Amino acid sequence: MSEISNLAARDLAYGYPARTIGRDVTIALNAGEALALLGPNGGGKTTLLKTLLGLLPPQAGSIMLGQRPLASISLAERARLIAYVPQSHAGTFAFTAVEIVLMGRTAHMGLFGAPSVKDRSVAHAMLERLGIAHLAGQPYTMISGGERQLVLVARALAQEPRFIILDEPTASLDFGNQGKVMRQIKALTGEGLGVLFTSHDPNQALRYADRVALLGEGRVLAAGRTSDVLTQRALAALYSAGVEVLTTPEGRVAFLPG
Amino acid sequence: MTKTSGLRVSGWRGGALAVAALVVCVIIAFVAGRFPVSLSDLVHALWSRLSGQPSGLPASVETVIFNIRGPRVVAAVLCGAALAVAGTAFQGLFRNPLVSPDLLGASSGSALGAVLGIYFSLGIFAIQGLAFVGGLVAVAAVYAVGSAIRAGDKILVLVLTGVVIGSLLGAGIGLIKYLADPYNQLPAMTFWLLGSLAGTDPSDILPLFGPVLVGTIVLFLLRWRMNVMSLPEDEAQALGLATGPLRFAIVAAATLVTAASVAAAGIIGWVGLVVPHLARFLVGPDFGRLLPTAAILGGGYLLLIDTLARTIAPVEIPLGILTAVIGTPFFIWLLAVSHRSWS
Repeated sequence: MSEISNLAARDLAYGYPARTIGRDVTIALNAGEALALLGPNGGGKTTLLKTLLGLLPPQAGSIMLGQRPLASISLAERARLIAYVPQSHAGTFAFTAVEIVLMGRTAHMGLFGAPSVKDRSVAHAMLERLGIAHLAGQPYTMISGGERQLVLVARALAQEPRFIILDEPTASLDFGNQGKVMRQIKALTGEGLGVLFTSHDPNQALRYADRVALLGEGRVLAAGRTSDVLTQRALAALYSAGVEVLTTPEGRVAFLPG
Repeated sequence: MTKTSGLRVSGWRGGALAVAALVVCVIIAFVAGRFPVSLSDLVHALWSRLSGQPSGLPASVETVIFNIRGPRVVAAVLCGAALAVAGTAFQGLFRNPLVSPDLLGASSGSALGAVLGIYFSLGIFAIQGLAFVGGLVAVAAVYAVGSAIRAGDKILVLVLTGVVIGSLLGAGIGLIKYLADPYNQLPAMTFWLLGSLAGTDPSDILPLFGPVLVGTIVLFLLRWRMNVMSLPEDEAQALGLATGPLRFAIVAAATLVTAASVAAAGIIGWVGLVVPHLARFLVGPDFGRLLPTAAILGGGYLLLIDTLARTIAPVEIPLGILTAVIGTPFFIWLLAVSHRSWS
């Protein structure tokens, strides 16, 4: 398979059948970079992610995965190229963590298939890599929110994708786990994966993303290198709220809602 | 896998336990009853069938084993397995441990078919045929209506459509019962609606075995995908599953086995709701182990119930009543000891 360098949406309009949520969205996720998507509640972030994953058909515009339109790629092949990490949820049945990760291998199995020895070793390797090998046999319903989030990241890695799309990967995590999860996510870009994540925290974008896009009322208000885009004025406009900037003597910046 | 939780036992031990329980239930079912059949009679009769040599047993013993108790044992095991397998599939598909195989109207459709057959004084095969077709038609109608409504959560729409059409069918059953002859037809309808295997003979086995085998094989082949289908729909799609066609296949297979079971034995509640929990308690939620375990446990459970139904009182007790009377305390015990393992 030829190298797929990016997942790119051009002039995209998206939403649900009777309701357009965003329009004129042009956004590209490149291999080997982390792109953060910031925006207020109800700004259309999750809907945009679902459209980029091909779970919702675009209402206008195009989505290309490398040279090919996303819609022309089968669900199974898509799952081998783009992985989705939803916000973690408790789940209905007490599958073990390793069973959840093995579900990431589904697109590598046949219609009537079941996990092979190779699938199992991939699943265990991904748990190992995220430092949660000890959770393998634990029921997914009984582990903590942070551990669940890491298991879902491991499941996405088990898909062996080129791109990973994460919906608020730190939403349900405590302070310590936020850093842990984000560092793992950032590390993936070093291996050539393209990572797109949404967040409520501009500081996360500042710290872990190479580029950032600001999404307000369904439009991209600004996009580009993190340090260029994330200014006090841009954030104040995006969230319609006051923003305070802290700068350390070394020149590092942090934002506070104010 | 480093560690399993609580009371869950490892896969093969849970499976072995289930098989052992089924074998014990089968032996009890052949031996128990008013006509005495000993364990050695049973072994001799089975051996003579296998080897082709005369068993030397009285013809009446062979008749009881092969023509009376045998078909009933096979039918009870098949019906119990079918209901448990369908319940397991539906609980996974609808991501809800409170779901039973009649969620989409399979039982009400079958019941209306059977009650109509009794009302028009049709023969037993026509009644069973109508029950089978009624179950399939009801679920097909629910599925068609549910899919035609293009709003919101597809699964929720499907479930609500099932509930609504199910109560419409219930009204139809009520109407037929109201119109029926209260001395001949009404008792037959009531008896059928409570479930019974009393009239089972050898010719009933094939129409039951065929659909149950086909549906169960389809579900077993899809075992891994069914695990993934128990995730929220957008996640299952992002993992590469065509959820629409898969849902259709699972509903069709589960409905086939449910309708075959209801046509043969009438409405037997409870098995499809609770046996999947017991199976999950033993081997965990992975369908590759869960489906066979549920089938074996369901078969053994219904066989035990049917054996009690024909032995504990001078008259046959309807199966639907016994499954509830015996199952409810058992389920409450299971809830108390298993903590969260039903989930």
